[in-house]
Amino acid sequence: MIRLEKRPQPSRAWTVATPLLAVALTMVAGGLMFALLGKDPVVAIRTIFWDPLFHEQFASYSRPQLLVKAGPLILIAIGLSLGFRAGIWNIGAEGQYIMGALAGAGVALALYPLDAWFLFPLMVVAGALGGWAWAMIPAILKTRFRTNEILVSLLLVYVAEQVLASMALGLMKNPEGGGFPGSRNLQHYPAAANTELIAGTGMHWGVAAAFIAVIAVYVLLTRHILGFQIRLAGQSPRAARFAGVNPNALVVICLGLSGALAGLAGLFEVAGPGGRINIGFNQGYGFTAIIVAFLGRLHPVGILLAGLLMALTYIGGELAQFMLGIPSAAIQAFQGMLLFFLLGVDVLSNYHIRLGRRRAA
Amino acid sequence: MTALLTVEGLTKAYPGVIANDHVGFDIAQGEVHALLGENGAGKSTLVKMIYGLVQPDAGRMTLRGKPYVPASPSAARKAGVAMVFQHFSLFDALSVAENIALGMETPPPMRRLAARIREVSETYGLPLTPDRLVGGLSAGERQRVEIIRCLLQDPRLLIMDEPTSVLTPQEVAILFATLRKLAAEGTAILYISHKLEEIRTLCDRATILRRGRVVESCNPREKSAAQLAEMMVGTKLTAPSRAGGNPGGVVLEVSGLSLPSANPFGTSLRDISFSVRAGEILGIGGVAGNGQDELLDALSGEAAVTPGAVRLRGRPIGALGPGPRRRVAVLAAPEERLGHAAAPDMSLTENAMLTAAIREGLAARGFLKWPAAKAFAEKVIAAFDVRTPGPGNAARSLSGGNLQKFVIGREVLQRPEVLVVNQPTWGVDASAAAAIRQSLLDLAASGTAVIVISQDLDELMEISDRFAALNEGRLSPPRPAQGLTLEEIGLMLGGAHDMEVAHVAE
Repeated sequence: MIRLEKRPQPSRAWTVATPLLAVALTMVAGGLMFALLGKDPVVAIRTIFWDPLFHEQFASYSRPQLLVKAGPLILIAIGLSLGFRAGIWNIGAEGQYIMGALAGAGVALALYPLDAWFLFPLMVVAGALGGWAWAMIPAILKTRFRTNEILVSLLLVYVAEQVLASMALGLMKNPEGGGFPGSRNLQHYPAAANTELIAGTGMHWGVAAAFIAVIAVYVLLTRHILGFQIRLAGQSPRAARFAGVNPNALVVICLGLSGALAGLAGLFEVAGPGGRINIGFNQGYGFTAIIVAFLGRLHPVGILLAGLLMALTYIGGELAQFMLGIPSAAIQAFQGMLLFFLLGVDVLSNYHIRLGRRRAA
Repeated sequence: MTALLTVEGLTKAYPGVIANDHVGFDIAQGEVHALLGENGAGKSTLVKMIYGLVQPDAGRMTLRGKPYVPASPSAARKAGVAMVFQHFSLFDALSVAENIALGMETPPPMRRLAARIREVSETYGLPLTPDRLVGGLSAGERQRVEIIRCLLQDPRLLIMDEPTSVLTPQEVAILFATLRKLAAEGTAILYISHKLEEIRTLCDRATILRRGRVVESCNPREKSAAQLAEMMVGTKLTAPSRAGGNPGGVVLEVSGLSLPSANPFGTSLRDISFSVRAGEILGIGGVAGNGQDELLDALSGEAAVTPGAVRLRGRPIGALGPGPRRRVAVLAAPEERLGHAAAPDMSLTENAMLTAAIREGLAARGFLKWPAAKAFAEKVIAAFDVRTPGPGNAARSLSGGNLQKFVIGREVLQRPEVLVVNQPTWGVDASAAAAIRQSLLDLAASGTAVIVISQDLDELMEISDRFAALNEGRLSPPRPAQGLTLEEIGLMLGGAHDMEVAHVAE
């Protein structure tokens, strides 16, 4: 008989090892799934994890894509991790991402064709405010009326998608676009474009912002009273109240920060790789970032690594679809396995596994 | 009457404490037998052994003339022993019948079970509808579910652990009628309580436990509540060992403090007034669940009250939260060590930061000084002899006594003007308890106003200058502890109050 025995304190070794173990298990189970689909599992796994970075033919295209995809994932996940640590569940980063993109792009489109140095900074501020404002809806409803922030933030994603569609078809539609839906391409508007900072690397302002956010949140969590209160509230809500933490203030701060960062990610995407506001502009970064946050154990450095890993599975997944004809649903299942195994093996950091019959207490 | 269950020489030791020391008594068929004692006297351990939850170290039990060695609760149930716990184990989202079926080894079809539930509930006057969701039931109704769950097994012996602690007087009356009917049919009932009047009303015999030993066995109807209390507490209620020095001026004044309870099983505070002087220890006694947690919350600032209800040297502080109260040197140590006074998974250094950030200057402009926090944690560990490998260890890795010393020490070393502690020595071994009491006495001697909320009368008599009793959210006027007789304490604890309503209702 197998039974679990709680450790007196969480094991540091396992805290580091469980994400690696989860990745390994995902490779095994994913390989099995690919094999059942009639694909060579070794080739499939190699195509997903190895080829995007080192394949002589594809790597020159896909290597910069790694940062392009990882940037928004990390930026959003860093924001979400603050709330998740405090037990505040913002599931609607996708909506905040859309609203940030709309607010930022809206500034650029409204001022088109103004050519001024302050345009891009203004868009950044607008993007953050757009995401923040969208996140304030669940925050205020939760603090005032005790609604569940999970439901409200999630459902607001679908509202945001409708707003996005309406903008793409109406207010923000390109007047010179020949009647096609979608806004002007901001990449063709130099004052508003979020260009590559170092050519050929995929490094743009959003990626820089993600790295800054990683460092800032690391400092916040380890050195600042607010970070301490966030950790305390998540681990032990009653002790947090005893320590003087105001739970409502924490809800507003955590949702606000994660919303602002998601909004920033949306702005950097629409002004950079995405280029324009259009239906289907959002590609699920806001949801994938939830996986990234947990895969990184809600730790800033972990999230950085997890974001890169997740971006790799994205790019590799596309490559596998293209090269091996693996269905996209299988790629999504593969990504889902990552989260599943991570949560599953998480038990090892808090419990010993003991084999054998339980002795009478 | 023949003995249904005989217990002889039952002994159970835990590290640092002998919970039961050669306990022996017997219960006859159809008898309502009280097990009386203070918290920590060993009542729970004893019934856990009878119910098969805990295996005794020594001693033996005989049930209906045969040796009785229950290895598990299910073995106990098979032998005809059932138990209703103080804390219910019911699922809110399931119906009454489903909850009962869950607890059965071979549940009958749901329709037959529902019919049986109706039958039993009518027979014993326990109104209950089988298809209602448990989530919508009152505490009394939930308890009925637990009782009916037991009665469906046709028990010969029914153990009830503190059954009236969550009941209204009317529900108590219904419960007592049921128990009397059961007893009349020959079921023996082992009734655990420290409510003296209840026991005098209901029970035929009482076995009194003190510090793990049987100290007396009597017919509670022939004794007064004061006599029972004396047996329970022990006659050696020592007068305060230190001379009642010269308390200074009033530091903390509480007047007309009322606080509606935040949770449905909590107790609302009603019009509480008292004051504490510098250098004085005010002891607040009372049975658990009479508003102790709520009073601590109101004094620590976790629950905001009207500004004027709590005053520090005349200045209203009732509306201040925990942080601002610490700034003015009003500190507190709650009862629940893990999860309230300390965060279980955080290190002792982080737990030092938890309450000491403000007064010990462990944060500057929002940034935390971890080396200073570690130094403060080490200071607490050294000054209060906390046994732990170091301040980097998680709070949950410490034993109860050591963590409690850390929690008390953390507040004491912050030089409070007012310190409020709730159950400072609950579940703490004797030597740690003595150290904690001594530190509270020393703190008072240095001029701090100390409020000790406790259920341990010995403790309160040992350290308090004045004593007040908390009963159903009301506080009796404080009286000097020196010279207070047991009878007076019993009256102040007012165990008799709530029961008189039940008499009338019958």
